[in-house]
Amino acid sequence: MDLILDTLGLAKSAELLSLSPPGWGGNLLRGLANSLQIAFGAFGFGLLIGLFGASGKLYGGVVIRDLLAIYTTVIRAVPELVLILILYYVGTDLINQASSALGYGRVEISGVVAGIWVLGIVQGAYATEVLRGAIQAIPHGQIEAARAFGMPSFMLMRRVTIPAMMSYATPGLANLWLIATKDTALLAIVGFSELTLETRQAASSTRAYFTFFLAAGALYMIVTLFSGAVFARIEKWARRGQPSLRGAGK
Amino acid sequence: MGAPGSAVFAGGGQMMGWRSLLQPHRIVLMALFAGLVVWCAISLRWDWIPEYAPLAIEGAWRTIWILVVTTVVGFLLAIPLGLAQAIGPWYLSMPAKTFCTIIRGTPLLLQIWLLYYGLGSLFPQIPWIRGSELWPYLRQAWPYAVLALTLSYAGYEGEVMRGAFAGVNKGQLEAANAFGMPRFTMFRRIWLPQAIRNVLPTLGGETILQLKATPLVATITVVEIYAVSSRVRSDLFIVYEPLLLLALFYMIIAGIIALLFRRFELKTGSRL
Repeated sequence: MDLILDTLGLAKSAELLSLSPPGWGGNLLRGLANSLQIAFGAFGFGLLIGLFGASGKLYGGVVIRDLLAIYTTVIRAVPELVLILILYYVGTDLINQASSALGYGRVEISGVVAGIWVLGIVQGAYATEVLRGAIQAIPHGQIEAARAFGMPSFMLMRRVTIPAMMSYATPGLANLWLIATKDTALLAIVGFSELTLETRQAASSTRAYFTFFLAAGALYMIVTLFSGAVFARIEKWARRGQPSLRGAGK
Repeated sequence: MGAPGSAVFAGGGQMMGWRSLLQPHRIVLMALFAGLVVWCAISLRWDWIPEYAPLAIEGAWRTIWILVVTTVVGFLLAIPLGLAQAIGPWYLSMPAKTFCTIIRGTPLLLQIWLLYYGLGSLFPQIPWIRGSELWPYLRQAWPYAVLALTLSYAGYEGEVMRGAFAGVNKGQLEAANAFGMPRFTMFRRIWLPQAIRNVLPTLGGETILQLKATPLVATITVVEIYAVSSRVRSDLFIVYEPLLLLALFYMIIAGIIALLFRRFELKTGSRL
């Protein structure tokens, strides 16, 4: 193994990337873990917002619908970087004001929570649109049938709407998940030590820029490819029982 | 300034008639929004604007310039990338597919930093590059920013164009073949126009995404509009005012892009 690395001239890179302290591999993996934690949280939070947002857009009153339209339009028109800064400052300000009103003084907000909060609100706008489209794609008779049997609205959502829309929503949600993993990189700019910031710190203190940025790129690619495989299985599962469309266009 | 701005966003779509704005709840919402704008104008600090206006105009111009150059060049690169993936032999389609997958699978911020810090630290070590006429440009940040954003747009659009080329009706191409049309003429007159027409709505959305990617180049010291707002924040410790104006700027540009593409779509009949 060492011989191969030597002949390829990669011995130096391998040393830099080793997991134990003189190498920086451990830092990169910690950064990756932080990134994934935030991506999971933000994706889940976004899904929750999206579910309520989509129901609000489809079944809500006129005021709720207009407010949700403003939310999705503004979030989708303003760069994530700007939104992250605005939401970060608003969030910390609100929490600090609340805590000083209750007499606790300033609160340090953990980077993970702040990241989940800001990325979740951004994800929620996209998830609202994805889920709204998916709910609208359900044959309307299915929902009407459930209503005709007197199903309460929460049970209707759990038993009919969500399972039936899964196959339409999965491709859009897969895209959203990939966006979530890549948007965590933006938190580097507010100083949260996720993968991209860890990489930059490692690179600038060793001057081995290519080694570290390529290694981080490889880590992101692994996450992307692995998620692609997982979502392909989820979609297959969500489409079970539906007729295959292969060869239908001929 | 409140009424037209809120008109667009309260409706969620620009194609609405003015009459639908006159419903009572929308009037209340607009009044609330106008109140918010007035409150912002009175109680927030705006006295720094005259001092920073020249810099902001320069930054806005740079943002738009970067956006236009990277989308145009990126799209020109995306055509061969899409074509190679749709009909190319394996030795062309494989590299094209790999390129698109890598661009789409890693964060843009990482790509920008890789090019700027990576290439930027490599070039000074190579004597003939330092001696060449390009060196004064390669020492600045913007060539790396433009390169990174162009490659990113090409990667995403290469994937879009692959679907677009594959989606053109085969009968059209067979008809062109039957008339003995040369291959390049067929591509230029029939295949490419139909492919582009079919994906115009997607391209509009992608161009807005590209606009939203431009502030990332501020992290490698390119002074565009986002960098100007950061400078105001760090100089004067004013947080919300520059960010609000910045958000407004991006919303206006995004609206203009959406309107432009809508006009293209109406003209080419892709929206029937």
